[in-house]
Amino acid sequence: MATASETICLLSPEGVLVESEMTERLLPLIEALPEERLLDFHRQMAVTRRLDVEASHLQRQGQLALWIPSIGQEGAQVGSGYAARQQDHIFPAYREHAVARIRGVDLMRLIELLRGLDHGGWDPAAHGNFHLYTLVIGSQTLHATGYAMGIGLDGASGTGDPERDEAVMVYFGDGATSQGDVSEALVFAASYQTPQVFFLQNNHWAISVPVSRQSRTPLVRRASGFGIPGLQIDGNDVLAAYAVTRVALDDARAGKGPRFIEALTYRIGAHTTSDDPSKYRDEAELAYWQARDPIARYETYLRGRGVADAFFAEVAEEGEALAADMRRRTLALGPPPQSKVFAHVYTDPHPLIAEQQTWLEHYERSFGGEA
Amino acid sequence: MTETWTMTKALNEGLRRSMRDDERVLLMGEDIGRLGGVFRVTEGLQAEFGEQRVMDTPLAESGIVGSAIGLAMRGWRPVCEIQFDGFVYPAFDQITSQLAKQTYRHAGSQSFPVVIRIPYGGHIGAVEHHQESPETYFAHTPGLRVISPATPHDAYWMIQEAIAGNDPVIFLEPKSRYWPRGEVDLAASGIGVHASRIVRRGTDVTLIGHGAMVATLLAAAEIAEQEGTSAEVVDLRSLSPIDYGPLIESVRRTGRAVVAQEAPQHVSVGSEIAATIAERAFYSLQAPVLRVSGFDTPFPPAKLEGVYLPDADRVLEAVDRALAY
Repeated sequence: MATASETICLLSPEGVLVESEMTERLLPLIEALPEERLLDFHRQMAVTRRLDVEASHLQRQGQLALWIPSIGQEGAQVGSGYAARQQDHIFPAYREHAVARIRGVDLMRLIELLRGLDHGGWDPAAHGNFHLYTLVIGSQTLHATGYAMGIGLDGASGTGDPERDEAVMVYFGDGATSQGDVSEALVFAASYQTPQVFFLQNNHWAISVPVSRQSRTPLVRRASGFGIPGLQIDGNDVLAAYAVTRVALDDARAGKGPRFIEALTYRIGAHTTSDDPSKYRDEAELAYWQARDPIARYETYLRGRGVADAFFAEVAEEGEALAADMRRRTLALGPPPQSKVFAHVYTDPHPLIAEQQTWLEHYERSFGGEA
Repeated sequence: MTETWTMTKALNEGLRRSMRDDERVLLMGEDIGRLGGVFRVTEGLQAEFGEQRVMDTPLAESGIVGSAIGLAMRGWRPVCEIQFDGFVYPAFDQITSQLAKQTYRHAGSQSFPVVIRIPYGGHIGAVEHHQESPETYFAHTPGLRVISPATPHDAYWMIQEAIAGNDPVIFLEPKSRYWPRGEVDLAASGIGVHASRIVRRGTDVTLIGHGAMVATLLAAAEIAEQEGTSAEVVDLRSLSPIDYGPLIESVRRTGRAVVAQEAPQHVSVGSEIAATIAERAFYSLQAPVLRVSGFDTPFPPAKLEGVYLPDADRVLEAVDRALAY
């Protein structure tokens, strides 16, 4: 595994706070958090995992075309997700289910996407500025960079007012770092000094190809080559993910330019429900990472702080209830209307689309039923 | 009020007017700022509107289009310049998989008013990748609009209409027509951005083309007239959508059609038009619709471009074949 000389970790795999020169600067950010937020970290990680399991079951039962498990990556996602402010814009790849939930996106939107009812279709402005999943690897990094360029042009960052200043965070994976678009996004971000955080979840596998095929150096080192400050964190440490992202976003919002974070994490599950990781990964590696599970580690920490059994039981119950609700609502989903084929191909009227839609309606009517 | 301008001047003035009318319009591309673009289409615009609204970008076409998508999400109206036709392909994914599909993916909650200007076509004696006609790729892609002016007047108005519209537009500038002057009516465009137009009346055959080919068709029609054949000429102006109204109406009168283009023929816009005329005007046709195209080869070295590119004689050869049926 490629690690940089300093991988930032606030909470050890054993669930103990790491006190060092490195963490001295960051721990106050954790200490400043209200207890309720510390509990939210666990709640979001545990509930997302439960929903993830339920969605995988729904796929196996034929209710979804596909599911994209995020198990193992909850620490990186929940920590970074909570570091963003309401006015920030989030550009996900396609596995950031926990961040979606934090930004107020009902996971049913993802269920609908992966059931084949739409291609996303939510309005980011009405969903916590959480943009649509993008399936072409790395493409979204350029959209995020363009959006951040727009913030800069609007003078909406670097005003010194943290309540108003805006920033962008874009998620991408280790595989994506080999895409030209990611390099171009880093070039543009550095060139225009965009208010933007590049959040790389290095989950070590791009489907069946290990990260060693993508890079011979720790990926965080790519950042400095573009002139962007970068940090590598233990991505299974929700506290490090929160604190480091918080500082990076604050810097971006304050007009200090783009930042890059490499979160070392692991995709415990398959790439998607169509994948079989037993064909290419060995058991020992999986066991190594399972021992570094972000949720177990954080639970140990919370218990050490005196959080009682009742809280964990309540979260587990909430997960069960939400999973049952997801199942109920999934089974109740009807087919999309046929008209959706033609809707919103363009914003302005388009004669060819109108003509083909009319043709289809006539064709359907020719069978004697209702179109 | 009328001016006599080259197409580059008309485009420059059209861009200037769009930028004055709407402060969310910005230009981005390689060498478009201080230099004014390699064809000088954006000359003087950075001096007037500043470096933020006329951006010299890093040398990365996918980066230009991809970041334009993000700027559009933020409410800007980016106009991207791709320096030459053959340099658009590094941006192909961002254009066809991202820009073209974003409105659909968003179920209409966001519009993507991004214009991509591409100088295209041959006749300028340039090196590889600098003389191509890539329109088919974009006309084939749902979600894009594809237009190409043939005159300074249309260039002036169509660029403004493209920018004012709410959809992505591939704006193809026929670079061999950049320099001839023509009259530009500054008061009115006179016709919709996607309308095709009959630019010469005739009775025996309809010649159809777009961009630089329109001038070739008009030259062919002049020669044909001397030989006793009356050719009507239709300027398509828009390749997606295609306005078939005037075109079909023309073919119903003439009974014959020749479609000409610089692009390779196989699976091309010209092929689509030929098929559509056959479907919609079958009983009016005295002859099959004939196509005149670039050959299905890569664009050849410049000294052979005269062999490759359809000229008036190649058009007239097709006219003769159509009349012989």
